[in-house]
Amino acid sequence: MGLHAQIPLGEPVTAQAAHVAVRGLTRIFPGANGRPPLQALGPLDLDLAPGEFFSVVGPSGCGKSTLLDILAGLSPASAGSVTFEGKPVADTVPDGVGVVFQEDSSFPWLSVFDNAAFGLRRLKTPEAQLRPRVEEALALIGLSDFASAFPAQLSGGMRQRVCIARTLVMRPRLILLDEPFGALDQQTKLLMGDELLRLWRETGATILLITHSLDEAALLSDRIGVMSARPGRFIDVIETGWARDRDSRLAADPGFGAITARIWRQLREESLKAMRAAP
Amino acid sequence: MPAAKPLKTGRIAGPLDTVVLVGASAALWALAARWVGPQVLTGPVETIGYLGGLFADPEFRASVWETTRAFSLALAIAWASGLAIGMMLGAHRLTGEVAEPILTALYSIPKITLYPVILLFFGLGMPARVAFGAIHGIVPVALFTMAAVRGVRPVYFRTARSLRLGPLATARHIILPACLPGIVSGLRIGFSLTLLGTLIGEMFASQRGLGHMVIRAMETNDVRLLIALALFLVTVATGAGALLLAVDRRVARLGAGRG
Repeated sequence: MGLHAQIPLGEPVTAQAAHVAVRGLTRIFPGANGRPPLQALGPLDLDLAPGEFFSVVGPSGCGKSTLLDILAGLSPASAGSVTFEGKPVADTVPDGVGVVFQEDSSFPWLSVFDNAAFGLRRLKTPEAQLRPRVEEALALIGLSDFASAFPAQLSGGMRQRVCIARTLVMRPRLILLDEPFGALDQQTKLLMGDELLRLWRETGATILLITHSLDEAALLSDRIGVMSARPGRFIDVIETGWARDRDSRLAADPGFGAITARIWRQLREESLKAMRAAP
Repeated sequence: MPAAKPLKTGRIAGPLDTVVLVGASAALWALAARWVGPQVLTGPVETIGYLGGLFADPEFRASVWETTRAFSLALAIAWASGLAIGMMLGAHRLTGEVAEPILTALYSIPKITLYPVILLFFGLGMPARVAFGAIHGIVPVALFTMAAVRGVRPVYFRTARSLRLGPLATARHIILPACLPGIVSGLRIGFSLTLLGTLIGEMFASQRGLGHMVIRAMETNDVRLLIALALFLVTVATGAGALLLAVDRRVARLGAGRG
């Protein structure tokens, strides 16, 4: 395993088979109280192949979460287009897309089982079909023994897994993860990363992960998009070349250090720019 | 895999604690009654016996019915209005920010100063008692509800959208349960204050109800009746309050431990 060649910037990677295609995406926030409009993102192009694990890293405030919101249909683009399975994404989260947020979004008034079943129940899925799907999702994330527990009884990592189960049970074909392990300690992050890789292999879903952690991006991803300071654009796309069957033991691979070093080389200057620009 | 942690609730009083508390209170009451004499305070045994007899008295039963009617109406108005006002102010941030200091000021003024105005509006009788009870409860219920709605975590709204929930489903399945602990606390405080307001209303401008009986017992220096009425009111209010507190704690437990 080792570091592969960089994908040329702005050039579609697998345009024919793109699961998600982003073209000229730009987000400008209107100015308020006499301030000028703020361009947070773009213009930006990106193609995700079906079943690909793509991570986005970039300095604070570069528009990573804005990108995820637009891909999810949670926020509108100012210009450009996003398509998911060939259909345009706008204003609503498309069927087949699941989102996991950085913050714990488990519902404390529901048990782990009911949290996981929440989306299916809103779709009025018959209980006979719902139960095996929820049990399967809980087994997949290792929470079968905690089905009747409430989120308040679980650790932060377990609560985040409940949120992942709630997403998985809907059988998404594209999973968008906005720093889902940001609030966890380093060891838990590594273990959660392993679990995420296992889920990715077993579900075959395409994953886009937003992360601040260079290690996380280097360990988990097929490709890593490195973003510039605001307005966020991809300044480098790194192909890791890892085998699909991988886990956190990759951290010992010499290629891992080369990838993180390369990300940091790109990010250092951009992070300094972002710090200087911060109010 | 780590075992699930027990819910972080702290120690909650059990039946034994209640028995000890009631027993200690009765003992103190008996000592105080012996010390000051029956002209000032009747003892627990005598009071309980007298209260038992009161239930056979048609005037007492009519007063209980009057107070129950006035209080039920006042409570329904206080809870419904408080919830509606609180939800509206909580959902609309700017309106809430403007209204909050006004509500807080209203909450802190002694309501008795408004009673003459209420009497001018409603006259003597049930409507005035209901209105006076309700104004005691509306503001705390509204303040607690507003805070609860404002406190709904933004990530829940994003989650609702990511699960393609419409506005009604979001309100029913996410906002309402997320607000419930704060709302239940407000309803509990509103219950106590509405009861207080209803009784005060009956005490100062009414010819009926338990509040009126209390004032009459004071005027005629009928200590036995006064203490029996006080015991009845304390028992009813404490019982209902404990029930609401149990609901409040149960709801709050589900939201505990969020890291």
